[in-house]
Amino acid sequence: MDRAAAAPPVSIDTINPKVLKCQYAVRGAIVSHAQRLQQELQTSQGSLPFDEILYCNIGNPQSLGQQPITFFREVLALCDHPALLGKSNIDALFSKDAIGRAQKILDLIPGRATGAYSHSQGIKGLRDAIAAGIAIRDGFPANADDIFLTDGASPGVHMMMQLLIRSENDGILCPIPQYPLYSASIALHGGSLVPYYLDEATGWGLEISDVKKQLEDAQSKGITVRALVVINPGNPTGQVLAEENQKKIVEFCKNEGLVLLADEVYQENVYVDNKKFNSFKKIARSMGYGEEDLYLVSFQSISKGYHGECGKRGGYMEVTGFSAEVREQFYKVASVNLCSNISGQIIASLVMNPPKVGDESYKSFIAEKNGILSSLARRAKALEDAFNSLEGVTCNKAEGAMYLFPRLHLPQKAIDAAKAVIAAPDTLYARRLLDATGIVVVPGSGFGQVPGTWHVRCTILPQEDKIPAIISRLKAFHEAFMDEFRD
Amino acid sequence: MAPKPLDYESLNENVKKVAYAVRGELYLRASELQKEGKKIIFTNVGNPHALGQKPLTFPRQVIALCQAPFLLDDPNVGLLFPADAIDRAKHYLSLTSGGLGAYSDSRGLPGIRKEIAEFIGRRDGYPSDPELIYLTDGASKGVMQILNTIIRNENDGILVPVPQYPLYSATISLYGGSLVPYYLEEEANWGLDINHIRQSVAAARMKGICVRALVIINPGNPTGQCLSEANLRELLKFCFRENIVLLADEVYQQNIYQDERPFISARKILLDMGPPISTEVQLVSFHTVSKGYWGECGQRGGYFEMTNLPAKTVDEIYKVASVSLSPNVPGQIFLGLMVNPPKPGDISYLRFAAESNAILESLKRRAHIMTDGFNSCRNVVCNFTEGAMYSFPQIRLPPKAIEAAKRAGKAPDVFYCLKLVEATGISTVPGSGFGQKEGVFHLRTTILPAEEEMPAIMDSFKKFNDEFMEQYEDYRGYSRM
Repeated sequence: MDRAAAAPPVSIDTINPKVLKCQYAVRGAIVSHAQRLQQELQTSQGSLPFDEILYCNIGNPQSLGQQPITFFREVLALCDHPALLGKSNIDALFSKDAIGRAQKILDLIPGRATGAYSHSQGIKGLRDAIAAGIAIRDGFPANADDIFLTDGASPGVHMMMQLLIRSENDGILCPIPQYPLYSASIALHGGSLVPYYLDEATGWGLEISDVKKQLEDAQSKGITVRALVVINPGNPTGQVLAEENQKKIVEFCKNEGLVLLADEVYQENVYVDNKKFNSFKKIARSMGYGEEDLYLVSFQSISKGYHGECGKRGGYMEVTGFSAEVREQFYKVASVNLCSNISGQIIASLVMNPPKVGDESYKSFIAEKNGILSSLARRAKALEDAFNSLEGVTCNKAEGAMYLFPRLHLPQKAIDAAKAVIAAPDTLYARRLLDATGIVVVPGSGFGQVPGTWHVRCTILPQEDKIPAIISRLKAFHEAFMDEFRD
Repeated sequence: MAPKPLDYESLNENVKKVAYAVRGELYLRASELQKEGKKIIFTNVGNPHALGQKPLTFPRQVIALCQAPFLLDDPNVGLLFPADAIDRAKHYLSLTSGGLGAYSDSRGLPGIRKEIAEFIGRRDGYPSDPELIYLTDGASKGVMQILNTIIRNENDGILVPVPQYPLYSATISLYGGSLVPYYLEEEANWGLDINHIRQSVAAARMKGICVRALVIINPGNPTGQCLSEANLRELLKFCFRENIVLLADEVYQQNIYQDERPFISARKILLDMGPPISTEVQLVSFHTVSKGYWGECGQRGGYFEMTNLPAKTVDEIYKVASVSLSPNVPGQIFLGLMVNPPKPGDISYLRFAAESNAILESLKRRAHIMTDGFNSCRNVVCNFTEGAMYSFPQIRLPPKAIEAAKRAGKAPDVFYCLKLVEATGISTVPGSGFGQKEGVFHLRTTILPAEEEMPAIMDSFKKFNDEFMEQYEDYRGYSRM
């Protein structure tokens, strides 16, 4: 064998083509460039027109100064180092109910061993607590056996794609714009993304007739559509679905035999009084639909909400409506990775079962929670107004989640300039914004958008005291940009 | 009416093909029995803390402080935590971008990757590049990611030892590749003969399989054998000639119970051999916090180190890692602590050293107790556990037992192991879960039950085995039914 001629086993020409197809803009080229600039700031101060990089590309609250919930961290510290529980002076450092909760959680763990692999679906007692929390939230019962605790919600999404996608003829309906985990995961598992467009003019509304049209269109091309992804509250779009809408979606999935994949990771992030989060499970059950009527997979995460524990990697999926045979397959796939990290499992149980009225930590807990959520609401409004004040920019309200997705009505000169450097116009804009201000956003093309429209996704997460400076820098940059490219 | 999307028939076939016996039939049966009130000794998975091994104190002190940084501001913190744990917590927090609750770099925190690179440099005597070290939620995720990068279709073959840890077979099934087995030699203490590998490759190529990678597990799982330097040199030469990437699962590198073959990393030998091997052979090495004397399985902390992979490939691997955002930060800190434990002179050193040594020495003693206990049974032959955490005895089953198994619709070793757990509560994994030669049966157990319980466990096993043999052996010429 002529070794010199053979390509090395793991080269760009010989790796899995699905890996090549997969894209994920949230940590893509713009972010890599930002990291380089950050290095530059560290080594040669004063070399750039700004003195810090502001990462508004990723929903990573604690990296931008959001504080973790004290009670949760107290409980975790005690669970991680249970030897503390035996010390007489422990009251000096930990609140009584955190101690009590840690004891309760440790009692649920065989041998109180937080360093042991747990059951592959997650510790049973913690799943019981989560099921109880779901029942309180929805007013309908939940079953611990339906819950799979995962390292973040993302691995759960991957698992569903793995189960559902047999070939590129299997399609998954995804909202456009969407969080690119879905497009990436579908590409990685060799399936087809079937887009349905959210309507920017009506606050990113979802019209079931549009979805149906997309379904039929895909089917006519020989695609077997298997599931419908709904992100509620939306990412990047932030809309909170109205109950009527949700009912139509449930009805649609039931009639078409689609699995409803309900990404509900932002369920605690709702900033408007006229909308409320309803889980799809609650909606389905309230319509009288039970397990036999609808396949439903609901995703929740510890990374968002008011807790923002991204780095812990915790989340779960609640899977209802499928046969025992299929459940075995779920379990089997979960078991290959043994289990998700215990710390994340514990937080998931705390998120679904936080301090209640009367608990010692309740007052401080609720103050922290409300403080964070009301601040997020204020920041959402401030940035929405700022974007709307820019020439040629329209921005829908962020009813929920953590993002703004302003539309850039770019002048033709800008579009031509982008073409000249073989970039999408929103990528050009995002790059220029970064180079001028240090603000990192993600171009809308990373999420999908109606062809010919341009957006950027910007998080609402920088600390409140930084927002005025961000807004003024943004305004200054945009004016200069429009001055350069105005028709 | 068409099958609904999640009916069994319409699931991804690759998923259906996956088998992972470690938490399969035996484990499920044992769990059932446990629910019914039977005392079960779970020796099905390398899960030390579940069997009473205590976590090391120092890392838990550090992580607790990292979880609750407000403790560091409290004047009373010194009453509950030693000064070096406090310092270390501050150090790791400073490496994060917002504490434990923030997504890190998708490859893991740069500061921790640097500490791992330095550890590898000290261990092997060659510098390691932190940019080529990626942290993962457990080593398993890393293995799955690398195999997913390599496997394009069912014609891509991955060489896997038999017996093997079934993560490999499961993952290859899941990603639609082909498993190309190479048999380890039980009579030669599970030794590796390069000729077997050559034969397997030739046979695979005849079937049109493109052999892409070679997995070695060193120390072995379930077999425990430690590879010699000569072994590693042969393997590297082989990979060079055959243009195969070497995947070195080295998660048990701290679990060595004999002196003849200490752990040597594949990377060290690769670099020792100089060009062209040192510059051409592609290698990915895996490690974890789940094993060794740490046993922190529940943290899900692991890493892989890439050697000689082209930059574009590394970019693609990074891209896929970024879709999952980041590995969990506490697990990353455990990795840092593992490669950078307390040193002589540190306040916590003596205690740390005592705890670690006690665990390792006990594991060594238990390896012997178990091997000897199995070998004292006349129908059982057991190679010594040179490393890792398992014992993999060969159980010679009489024809009547094999028939009984057939009637019960079970593989003979599954039948044996089910009877074992039902009689004694000892929950093992049948050898078929790992692969074995046709007609040769094994079971895998761990050496992890508490040392003081070991003699009783081995007695219990022996009693069961003797009774089983009495029931199914037919040397008297009549059935005892």
